[in-house]
Amino acid sequence: MTPNLVYIVVIGVLFAAGVSMVLERSLTRVLMGMILLGNGVNLLILLGGKAGTPPIVGLGPDEEMADPLPQIMILTAIVITLGMTAFLLALAYRSWAMSGHDEVQDDVEDRRIMQLAERDQGSGIDDVDHGVNR
Amino acid sequence: MLAVLVLHAVAALLAPFLVRGLGNRALYLLALVPGGTFVWALLHRAPMSETYPWVPHLGMDLALHLGTLSWLMLLVVSGIGAVVLVYCVRYFDRGDESLGRFAGVFLGFATAMTGLVVSDDLLLLYVFWELTTVFSYLLIGHKGQQAAGRRAAMQALVVTTAGGLAMLVGFVMLGHGAGTYRWSEIAAGPLPEGSAVAAVLILAGALSKSAIWPFSFWLPAAMAAPTPASAYLHAASMVKAGVFLLGLMGPLLAQAAPWRPVAVVAGVVTLLLGGWAAMRQNDIKLLLAYGTVSQLGLLTVAFGAAGRTAALAGAALLLAHALFKAALFLVVGIIDRRAGTRDLRELSGLARRTPVLAAIAGLAVASMAGVPPLAGFVGKESLFAAFEHGGTTDRLVLIALVAGSALTVAYGLRFLWGAFAVKPGVPEVAWKKPGRAFVAPAGLLSVAGLAAGLGASWLDRVLTPYGEMFGGEGEHLALWHGFGLPLLLSAAVLAIGGIVFATQLHGRPWPRQRIPQAESVYMRLMSAVDRAAVEVTGATQRGSLPFSLGIILVVLVILGSSTLLLGGVNWPAGIRLWDTPLQLVVGVAVVASALVAARSRRRLTAMILVGVCGYGIAVLFVLHGAPDLALTQFLVETVTIVMFVLVLRRLPIRFSARPLRGSRMIRNVLAVATGLVTSAMAYVAVGGRTATPISADFAEPAVSYGGGHNIVNVALVDIRAWDTMGEISVLVVAATGVASLIFRRSGALQRRRAEQGTQPARTGSWMRAADNPEARRQSIILQVVARLLFHTIVLFSLYLLFSGHNAPGGGFAGGLVAGLALTTRYLAGGRRELNAAAPVDAGLLLGAGLLVAVGTGAVAMVAGGQVLQSALLDFHLPVVGHLHFATSAFFDVGVYLIVVALVLEILRSLGAELDRQHDAATREEKRALEKQKEPVG
Repeated sequence: MTPNLVYIVVIGVLFAAGVSMVLERSLTRVLMGMILLGNGVNLLILLGGKAGTPPIVGLGPDEEMADPLPQIMILTAIVITLGMTAFLLALAYRSWAMSGHDEVQDDVEDRRIMQLAERDQGSGIDDVDHGVNR
Repeated sequence: MLAVLVLHAVAALLAPFLVRGLGNRALYLLALVPGGTFVWALLHRAPMSETYPWVPHLGMDLALHLGTLSWLMLLVVSGIGAVVLVYCVRYFDRGDESLGRFAGVFLGFATAMTGLVVSDDLLLLYVFWELTTVFSYLLIGHKGQQAAGRRAAMQALVVTTAGGLAMLVGFVMLGHGAGTYRWSEIAAGPLPEGSAVAAVLILAGALSKSAIWPFSFWLPAAMAAPTPASAYLHAASMVKAGVFLLGLMGPLLAQAAPWRPVAVVAGVVTLLLGGWAAMRQNDIKLLLAYGTVSQLGLLTVAFGAAGRTAALAGAALLLAHALFKAALFLVVGIIDRRAGTRDLRELSGLARRTPVLAAIAGLAVASMAGVPPLAGFVGKESLFAAFEHGGTTDRLVLIALVAGSALTVAYGLRFLWGAFAVKPGVPEVAWKKPGRAFVAPAGLLSVAGLAAGLGASWLDRVLTPYGEMFGGEGEHLALWHGFGLPLLLSAAVLAIGGIVFATQLHGRPWPRQRIPQAESVYMRLMSAVDRAAVEVTGATQRGSLPFSLGIILVVLVILGSSTLLLGGVNWPAGIRLWDTPLQLVVGVAVVASALVAARSRRRLTAMILVGVCGYGIAVLFVLHGAPDLALTQFLVETVTIVMFVLVLRRLPIRFSARPLRGSRMIRNVLAVATGLVTSAMAYVAVGGRTATPISADFAEPAVSYGGGHNIVNVALVDIRAWDTMGEISVLVVAATGVASLIFRRSGALQRRRAEQGTQPARTGSWMRAADNPEARRQSIILQVVARLLFHTIVLFSLYLLFSGHNAPGGGFAGGLVAGLALTTRYLAGGRRELNAAAPVDAGLLLGAGLLVAVGTGAVAMVAGGQVLQSALLDFHLPVVGHLHFATSAFFDVGVYLIVVALVLEILRSLGAELDRQHDAATREEKRALEKQKEPVG
C-alpha cells in the first residue's frame, strides 16, 4: 500500500501536540493531551487498512470496500476513551475540590524511597533484620 | 482419595463460618474430616492409585498414589490433625475472633499436606508442597501485630520457597529425563541420565523444608506460631515433608552419587547441632523446637542412608517422633496457657500440681529417649542395627548417632526437669487446672506411642513393603532383638544422656556452639536485596508523572528511530498526497487546532480546539469509508464537550502555573521527536502491508452467519464480542468511579435516591414546567423545545440500535444518541428536568445492561453453543409480520443500556451534583456574610 501524506502529517502533529500536553501537571491538560494522542493512534490504526466504500455488504462491489478490521478496533477505542475521559474529569474535579488545584503531585512514597536511597538505607520494613543480632 | 482432598478443602472454606456460628465447638465438627480420613486410611491398606484428567494439553493429571510410606504419612497427618483440632477447642479462649481464620488456614494446610503425601505427579506434588509453605506462613504469622512473628513467617517462607524452587528444577530435570512426571513410573524405570544434579536440587528442597543444617534456623523462629500449629506443622507433618520426600525418592535417587553422602552428613550435623542447641534453651517450646531439628537430622540420616533396615527404622521413627513430639508440644501449650510462662527458670513444682500432665510428658519423653517398650526405642534400635556391620564410614555415623541420641536423652530430661521439677529458690507458679478435654489429646498421643511400641510386630508387617523397595536383606522391627550391639548402645545412650544431664544441672551453663548457620548469610542476602531494591526504585521511580512519562517517550523515540535508521527497514517506494483533496482541507484544520490547543493556556479554549480536532477526525473517517466510526466519533466528541463544560465551569479559567522555560524546551523537543518518529513509523508500517488482510473474507460470513450487512457492527457483537464485553465492563467501572468520586458522602447518594423518588406527579402533564421552581431561572422556550425533541431523539436512538446490523448505527451509537437526548433535557431544565426524563437510578440501568449482555452470552452457552455465540432467528408475528434477526441484537441492547447509563451517570454526577454542591457553597457563603453583618447592625 502507498502511504497517504495527509494522514502521516496529521498523525505526527497529533502525537507531538498530545505529548507536549501530557507532559504537564494539570490533570485536565493531561487529559486533553491523552485525547489528542488517542485520536492520533486511532488514525494510525485506520491507516493500516485501505480506504474505500463503507464496509456494508451490498453497498458496492466487495473489492472496493474499505478494510473493516481497523474500524472494528477503533470503534472500541473511541468508546473506551469516553469512559476514561469521564473518569479523569471527575478525578480532576475532585482534586480541585479537595486541594484547590488539579495538578498531579509527586508521589510521596516515591519521594521517601528516593531519600532512603540517598542516605544509603534499607526500606526499614520489619520483616528484614538489618543488623545480624546474635 | 480425591474425595478426601475435596472434603478437606470444603471444610477449610466452611471453617470460618462454622466457628462464627457455633463457637469453639465447631472444631469438634471439623475434626471429623481428618478423623474420618484417618479411619478410612486404616481400613484401606496401600497401594492404591487414582487418576483424573486435569490439564490434558500439558499432560498433567491429578494422579494420586498411596504407597506404604505415603499411607503412613497420611495416617500421621490426618490422625494428629484431628487430635490437634480437638485440642484447639480448649486452647483458644471462647470468643477468640482469630479462631475462625486459624481453623480455616489449619484445615487448608491439612488439605495441602494430604495432597502432598498422596500425589503421584511430581508437579502436583510441587503445587501441594508450596501450598503447605504458604499455609505455614499464614500460621506462623498468626499474630500479625508482632514484628517478630511477621519476620519469622517471612523467613520460613523465603527459605522453604527457595528450596522448593530448586526442587522444582530438579523435578523438571528428572521428569524430562524420564519422559514422565508420574513418580510411580519414574521409580519403576532406571535412573535417567544426569540425575546427579537433579538429586542435589531435590535434596536442597527436602532439606530446607525439614529444617536440616544449614537451613535449620527458620524452624526455631517459626515457634512464633500458636502452639497447636507448632505441634501439627512444625513437629508432626510439614517438616516431615522433606524427610518423606527423601524416603519416597530414596529407592531410586540414592543411585545418584551425591544423594547418600549429602543427606547423611547434613543429617548427622543437624542431629548434633540441634541437640546441642536444645541444651541451651530456657524457653521449653524453643527447647522442643531445637529437639525437633535434631530429630529431623536423625530421620534424614535414616532415610538418606537408603538401606533397607535404615529406611524401615526411619519409617518407625517418623511415626514415633510425630506422636511424642506433638504430645510434648500440646503439653507445652497447656503449661503456657495455664501457668502463663514457658520459661523453665520460672516454672516450678508442676509435677506435684498436675501429676497426670507430668506423666503424659514423661511417657512422651521416654519414647523420645528410646526407652523400651515405646515406639522411639523400636525405631532407634533398628537404626543402630542398620549401621552395625558397615565399614569405617558406618562406624563414624553410628558413633554420631549414639552421641546425638545421648544428647536427646539429656535435653529430654532437661525438658521434664524444666517444666515439672521443684526448683530450689523458685516460687511455685500459679496454676489453673486444665479441663480433661484439654489434657486428653496429649495423653492420647503419648499412649499411642506406647501402643505403637508394643505393636512393633504389627508395625513391622505393615511397613515391610516399604523396606523391601530398597532390596537386600534386613532386620525387622521388634521389641526384642536379643542381646547384641544395638541393645548395648541403647542402654549406653540412656546412661550417657542421664550423666550429661546430671552434670549439666549442677555445673556451668551449656557452652555455645560456633558452627556457622546459614542464617547470617540469609540476613545479609535479604538486607542486600532490600538495599538494591531501594536504590533501583529510588533511581527509576522519581515520583513525578512527567518524568516517568518522559522516560517512556525517550525510550520510544530512541528505540523507534534506531530501528528505523539501522534496522534494515524497507522504506516504501512512493507516497500519495491524499485520497481526495478534501482530506487536505480537513487535515489542515486538525493540525492547526491541535497545535493551537497545545499552546493555549485557557482551559475552555484548549477544550474547544481539542473538540474541533475530534470532529475533524470524524470527517476523515467519513472520507476513509468508515461511517460507523464517524458517527460514533461525532457523538462521543459531543458528549465529551458537554462533560468538559460541566466540569470546567467550576475550575479556574486558566491552567495553573506553567513549567519553567528550560523544562518547556525539553518537553517541546521530546514532543516534536515523538511526532517525527511516529510519522516515520506510520510511513514505514503502511508500506509494509503487502499481504491480503484477513478481513477480506469477512463479508460473506457477516451476512450468512452474523445475520447483518454492516460488517463492523456484526463483528463487534460476534467475533469481537468478548472485547465488547470487556469494553462495556470498563464503561460500568468508569461510571461507578465517576459517581463515587463526585458523591463524596454516602448521604449524598441516599439523597439522590430520594430526589429521584419525588419527581412531579404523572398527571399527563409532560409539557408542564410551572411546578419546577428551578425552571423559572431557565429558558422556557429551550425547555419546551427540549421536551418536544426528546421522544423523537430517543426513538431515533432505538432506530439506530436496531438497524445497526445492516446500516451505520448499533448499540454504541444508539446509546450515545439517547444519552444526548437526556443531555438536552438536563441542559435546558437542570437536574429536576433530568430526573423527570430518566426516573431511574443509573446504577440500576448499568446493572440491567450488564445482565442483558452477559445473559445473552450465557444463554448461547446453555443452548449448546459457545459463550456469546450468535444464532439467527426467523419467526412470524401477527400484525408485525416476518421477523429475521440475530440473537446478538440482544447483546447490543445491553451495550445500549450501559452507554445510556454512563451518560446518565455523568449528567447526574458532573452535572446535577456539581450544581447542588455549588448552590450549597453559595448559600453557605451568603449565610456567613449575613452573620458577619449582624453584630454591626
